[in-house]
Amino acid sequence: MTLSREQMAQRVARELQDGYYVNLGIGIPTLVANYVPEGIDVMLQSENGLLGMGEFPAEAELDADMINAGKQTVTARPGASIFDSAESFAMIRGGHVDLTVLGAFEVDVEGNIASWMIPGKLIKGMGGAMDLVAGAENIIVIMTHAAKDGASKLLPRCSLPLTGAGCIRRVLTDLAYLEIENGAFVLKERAPGVSVEEIVAKTAGKLIVPEHVPEMTF
Amino acid sequence: MSGLDKRVSTYEQALEGLGDGMTVLSGGFGLCGIPENLIAEIRRRQVRDLTVVSNNCGIDGFGLGVLLEDRQIRKMIASYVGENALFERQLLNGELEVELTPQGTLAERLRAGGAGIPAFYTATGYGTPVAEGKEVRDFNGKHYILERALIGDFAIVKGWKADYFGNVIYRHTAQNFNPLVAMAGRITVVEVEEIVAPGELEPSQIHTPGIYVNRLILGHFEKRIEKRTLRA
Repeated sequence: MTLSREQMAQRVARELQDGYYVNLGIGIPTLVANYVPEGIDVMLQSENGLLGMGEFPAEAELDADMINAGKQTVTARPGASIFDSAESFAMIRGGHVDLTVLGAFEVDVEGNIASWMIPGKLIKGMGGAMDLVAGAENIIVIMTHAAKDGASKLLPRCSLPLTGAGCIRRVLTDLAYLEIENGAFVLKERAPGVSVEEIVAKTAGKLIVPEHVPEMTF
Repeated sequence: MSGLDKRVSTYEQALEGLGDGMTVLSGGFGLCGIPENLIAEIRRRQVRDLTVVSNNCGIDGFGLGVLLEDRQIRKMIASYVGENALFERQLLNGELEVELTPQGTLAERLRAGGAGIPAFYTATGYGTPVAEGKEVRDFNGKHYILERALIGDFAIVKGWKADYFGNVIYRHTAQNFNPLVAMAGRITVVEVEEIVAPGELEPSQIHTPGIYVNRLILGHFEKRIEKRTLRA
């Protein structure tokens, strides 16, 4: 079985450590906040200028001046801080964020990532994604392994315009958890019930398969 | 408006001197913390061929989106322009030029503009289309590209409270790009929800010191919410 959106978020949440400052991108990465392991406290950074993002508001707390980077209304948790956009990206670019989780259209064996533009279709802009991938040491990309037509999104070389060059080391897909080392994907874990053969078939970039590939458990 | 007192009483006075072809810097993130009445005044004045610098371009019918309706914007410098059908149409028709800039680079270009720094190196965008035509330099074994500062003829800013010397405090995440555009305007115009006498605000709590502010006006705000999301 491929991983559900929730399982992907759950798997990434296991990478959280107590005291981490974390930036979660829009979409599945946002769901990671729902699976923070017990006994671990993390501070979520929202790049519009909020460190310490809380829950969505109750009706009575709804406030137009309080939004997250996805433009959703949000609250600040106890211990939060709020600042301007230059300060926010100083944190990001300066490497102060411990973990960044974001989505992508494609990644490749050189650690390149494409996530912001599909030529010919509409260009919406990169928002903060280019700053995030350029500044973070520790990035996890969450994405589907292949397109609906079966075309692999884990490539020898990204075909779409890049968001960042050589900056990705870790990828979680709906089929597997992989790391990028020395110009290849290394298969580290597979989704429950997904065969190594299926992952091999759906990975276009060079893939190293260790002798033992553990199954994820949920 | 006299001496240190930055108050003006009408929106017409607030944007006096704004003309065709000028560059306008606008605060706001999505619809949060946008100078909505100053934007409305730009529309009323019908100035054209503007270059607008803002993280986003509003939505259809609100925020900077209203300036698209009469084609007042020639060029937009922004990081994210989704969620705006009219914007997409004008972009595809070639009626609108867009310079997409990474969000952190945009913030820093504005800060640099206000701080007298003409350009800076950043790793953001290296190896991507953003780096095309830009100088690349290595520092400590890493690649960086040269990005230039931004300055505007006018900066339009939404604050929460100000004293009438123009010391401004922003509210919550409505801060975003506002203090940065405030620094980078040749003429910086701030609209706020409340104006108090100098001395009433705690000096250490000021976000934008009055030295950056040329004109200050009291406004009433709709504060539209783009994505109303409640706890389940």
